[in-house]
Amino acid sequence: MSKKGYFGEFGGRFIPETLEYPLRELQEAYFKYSQQKDFKDELNFYLREYAGRPTPLYFAKNLSKRLGLRVYLKREDLLHTGAHKINNALGQALLAVRMKKERIIAETGAGQHGVATATVASLFGKKCDIYMGKVDMERQKMNVFRMQLLGAQVLKVETGSQTLKDACNEALRDWVTNVRNTYYLLGSVVGPHPYPLMVRNFQVVIGREAKQQILKKEKRLPDYLLACVGGGSNSLGLFHPFFKNREVRFIGVEAKGKGFLSQHACSLIKGRVGILHGSKSYVLQDRFGQIEQAHSIAAGLDYPGVGPEHAFYKKIKRAEYVAVSDKEALVGFKMLSETEGITPALEPAHALFYLRKLAKLAKKNSIVIVCLSGRGDKDLEIVQKVGS
Amino acid sequence: MGKIREKFKELRDKGKKAFIPYLTFGFPTLKDFEALLYVLDSAGSDFIEIGFPFSDPIADGPVIQTSSQVALDRGVNFLRLFSFLKRVKRKIKAPLILMSYYNPIYDMGLDNFFKKAHPFLEGLIIPDLLPEEGEDFLKKAKAYNIDTVFFISPTTQEERFSLIERASSGFIYYISVTGVTGPRKSLPSDILSHLKKVRKKISSPVCLGFGISNQFQARKFKKYFDGIIVGSALIKKIIETYHKKNFLKEFKEFILWLNS
Repeated sequence: MSKKGYFGEFGGRFIPETLEYPLRELQEAYFKYSQQKDFKDELNFYLREYAGRPTPLYFAKNLSKRLGLRVYLKREDLLHTGAHKINNALGQALLAVRMKKERIIAETGAGQHGVATATVASLFGKKCDIYMGKVDMERQKMNVFRMQLLGAQVLKVETGSQTLKDACNEALRDWVTNVRNTYYLLGSVVGPHPYPLMVRNFQVVIGREAKQQILKKEKRLPDYLLACVGGGSNSLGLFHPFFKNREVRFIGVEAKGKGFLSQHACSLIKGRVGILHGSKSYVLQDRFGQIEQAHSIAAGLDYPGVGPEHAFYKKIKRAEYVAVSDKEALVGFKMLSETEGITPALEPAHALFYLRKLAKLAKKNSIVIVCLSGRGDKDLEIVQKVGS
Repeated sequence: MGKIREKFKELRDKGKKAFIPYLTFGFPTLKDFEALLYVLDSAGSDFIEIGFPFSDPIADGPVIQTSSQVALDRGVNFLRLFSFLKRVKRKIKAPLILMSYYNPIYDMGLDNFFKKAHPFLEGLIIPDLLPEEGEDFLKKAKAYNIDTVFFISPTTQEERFSLIERASSGFIYYISVTGVTGPRKSLPSDILSHLKKVRKKISSPVCLGFGISNQFQARKFKKYFDGIIVGSALIKKIIETYHKKNFLKEFKEFILWLNS
């Protein structure tokens, strides 16, 4: 991480002038408070007592046997609100409290980050507005209801593709307008500096725990880390603490959607370097530099950009990125439900499906940790629909 | 000195404020855009700002979002912009300033972009580029003699004023409201104190935009700026009157009234 907020050549702050000061203010607050003992203690308290950390690193016995691998699941799906998003939401909410912002806004795709944000806003008594694309509101109805139940207002976004990208645009426009009293709680490792760095740091708890747990269980580091990549927060949370352990291979799974010839969300595999939502990274764009619409059955992966740190990992070849389609993700969804009695969200179902491919490539009994970033309750309706 | 600075000098000598209207390229159609451009030029515009549409315009409100989407749906791109400008440039007196988000320019490659753009454009405004991130961009702009415009907003801290002024070889775009583009009924009450602060530190030309729909709104603090930029109000007018037969005539009257 360089001083200006870059990971190698990726990142930076490509934003309207009005946001320059608020971002600097946020950066200063983050660096100041996150070092302080009372902040760390308070965050650890809420992560433990409220969110339910540490999460288990579960040895998936049946799946391991079937695949000839040693598969461990990092159970972020067991966290309060059902996904890893709460780790970041708690961290940033504590920051918003210290910065004395009375209102919290956020964008959401699958609704998991929206629910996590609405939850912390309720916990800390803040007014909360969540931007969500119309398409996503329709496919994740239960999460819309949950956010409303938690006292948040869900604002429907009807511009562009009506998904996460456009919800991000609207949240940024809101922030430009209400900078003085509003905290923008961005949900992934995307956006202008300091968000990619800060969100990653609030998520590395995943990888830190996993490292300790695997050393205890296997007495050695894993061979592979496997996680889905939309914006990229659960994957970086898992990967980052292993960055210097070169023998541990990182595999990020992007959403191939309906296929490369149709619509997909593989920004790293198929995108070009560009600027979206305030940072330089890989972006899906047409040949004239207009941002393309992404597609994935998993709303949380349905985004045409990706965090700049992933772009950096790709460039230096620290991580490998692969693609799994909508149909394959559904297979992964059912596979885990049937073998282990665990219903994953459609996002990590992409990573779970890739286990089948990895089983053919990897040495027998290789140790693999998969980040099970969220639970599948929110997706039952979608799976039921395509299954019938 | 670039052409934009020269023009401001001329205006200052005459005691005049610059009138800078904005249109979205290719809106409502390419043909109508051309006609509107000639109207602006003949109705005393000192500069004309051409907005290049982008799929994700985070600094723009609903009006310019709409015009951008319409233009994009009609297949607007840089190749078309440059071939259009090649055809019409000599028919337009007013210097042309292009407003584009950074990604389309970055994707084209800075060298390639400037090579193609420099015969037709006197200035460039990039709403999502801070001077701090613009090192390469500024070098190229200088090499190709295109003036640059950066922003000061109500949240800009005074310690950055000189950096912004140094980066702006054309003028400084003062954002009168915290928010996105679009007409407002009234301007914020603290605008005068902000402008005074800006004027104290900055001698380069300063133009007001965002939320400005006419000269009268800004009359009270005339001393503190050099021009106004009117965008969304024009697009709104076009949307409202486009169905009428005499819409160009009405547009011209509107411009003359704005600029009176």
